[in-house]
Amino acid sequence: MGKAGKISIALLSFISLLCFTAPLICPHNPDTINLDSIKEPPSLHQLLGTDNKGRDILSRVLHGGRISIGIAFVAALLSMGIGLIVGLVSGYAGGKIDIVFMAFIDLILSFPAFLLAIGISVVFPPGIFTVMIAIAVVGWASFARLIRGYILTVKEAAFVESAKAVGCSRMRILFVHLMPQCIPLIFVMMGIKLGGYILTEASLSFLGLGAQPPTATWGAMVSANRAYISSAPWMVFFPGLMIAITSLCFNMMGDALRDRYALKIE
Amino acid sequence: MKKYLAKKLLLLIPLLLGVTSLTFTLTKALPGDPVFSMVGERAQPEVIEKMRREIGSDRSIFIQYIGYVKLLLRGEFGRSYYTNRKVLDDLLIKFPNTLKLALGSMAVAIPFGIFLGILSACKRGTITDRIISSLSITGLSIPVFWSGLLIMLFFSLKLKLLPPSGTGSMQFLILPSITLALPAVATLTRVTRGTLVEIFIMPFVTTAKAKGLKEFKVNFLHVFKNALIPLVTVIGLDFGSYLNGAVLTETIFGWDGMGRFTMEGIIKRDYPVIMGCIIVGTVMVILINLIVDVLYHYLDPRIRLYGKSR
Repeated sequence: MGKAGKISIALLSFISLLCFTAPLICPHNPDTINLDSIKEPPSLHQLLGTDNKGRDILSRVLHGGRISIGIAFVAALLSMGIGLIVGLVSGYAGGKIDIVFMAFIDLILSFPAFLLAIGISVVFPPGIFTVMIAIAVVGWASFARLIRGYILTVKEAAFVESAKAVGCSRMRILFVHLMPQCIPLIFVMMGIKLGGYILTEASLSFLGLGAQPPTATWGAMVSANRAYISSAPWMVFFPGLMIAITSLCFNMMGDALRDRYALKIE
Repeated sequence: MKKYLAKKLLLLIPLLLGVTSLTFTLTKALPGDPVFSMVGERAQPEVIEKMRREIGSDRSIFIQYIGYVKLLLRGEFGRSYYTNRKVLDDLLIKFPNTLKLALGSMAVAIPFGIFLGILSACKRGTITDRIISSLSITGLSIPVFWSGLLIMLFFSLKLKLLPPSGTGSMQFLILPSITLALPAVATLTRVTRGTLVEIFIMPFVTTAKAKGLKEFKVNFLHVFKNALIPLVTVIGLDFGSYLNGAVLTETIFGWDGMGRFTMEGIIKRDYPVIMGCIIVGTVMVILINLIVDVLYHYLDPRIRLYGKSR
């Protein structure tokens, strides 16, 4: 892996470490309102300044990061799981099952993705789980298509034939012999997709469909603070910067993975 | 050619029937009742009954769907449950706005993206290439709602050059177009570079060089021509998605387009609005795909859309 890939992974680990240990390391409570110190610019005491209710932005950004990164990860795992199973079954079974699954996959992929995610998020009450489900429902299709394509190329391989010859059941071939083959591929795909998931999560929270106030998420912070953009720009700048950096690191990691495994996936 | 186009346009009919029936069942399957959002959950049962009869949601889904298709055949989309305005009238206001924004951002994205991609590919391995590649991956990672706010802060609140939000003439269009174009520039740059780099190592390029053509001539006559197909594909995809509305950009800049219209429809469960937007969006995507197909035909003579010449 190149330098860019390594740096991005190191930076991601650092950001995740800060975010997930936020309750231990933050000097201020993220939700404590302090009306004596509203809209204070960044200073040594409060590194990223305070918001319109006097809440410490650094603490809110770090606590929010837990949710934003966590949602992206769980959503990626969910879409990976669904995509893996659908792709395996569709690719291995072939025939009518394959046609039906593929039609469904194409249908999902042909909808405008973000509008579909909005549509799904309004079905459930807004919150963390809703966002996860919305991202996963839109996201599994590309995993499934990748896995199906891969299974089509390996299902005629010698090891599958020999498994058949010694009398393995279809289920056994599918889950014991074929599934492990897909694991590296699917993790690479997950690495490639995570940057986009961070952005989708942030965008849904920005529209108010994510975790509800006072819980901080990066997207919701940008959205809530944007009224103060000219009087207190740091309130908008830092949460957005965190989204950009995290997503950039994930995308760089994705590129590095793609180069390394010479994958052609979009 | 005419035959091919006619065939493709005829295919629109079953496709639209499919999309409408699917969206129709999906929206009806959504939990939540538009009547409650219209009159509130505590309204008297008689009022709720009356509203249901008015919008027809007391009948079976199948009958409702037939009714909707009949409405469509008359060239109508029904009325919004909330504003009681004709959805068609609203679409006629919002769609041109969305078209303007989509064209505006494409006008920024296409020249910049292709230029940066070509530059990056021609200078591959150098510092220029690295800078452009880093910028393009950054462009893909920045959330539109944040870059939009920063652009607005800088150009309209600090420099006071352009209005921060609103819908209308050219001056309102510039900032949202740039915002929306940023990720598109990034994608285009990456695709252009990737395609060119792949073509540079092909045998016909070596041949062209071997017969003594100047670098410049090789690039323009042989390489760029072959890179057009993937570029047209990407531009078509982006344009199609912009015509479905750019929810975030429209929200930030107060642009009165399809994206916000659709989102408000979805949030309020305003079924006629959702249906109208999805139908218009789908038709646009299909039409753009058709245009892209026709362009393929002209860009690469090996691709024949009709006839048996092979």
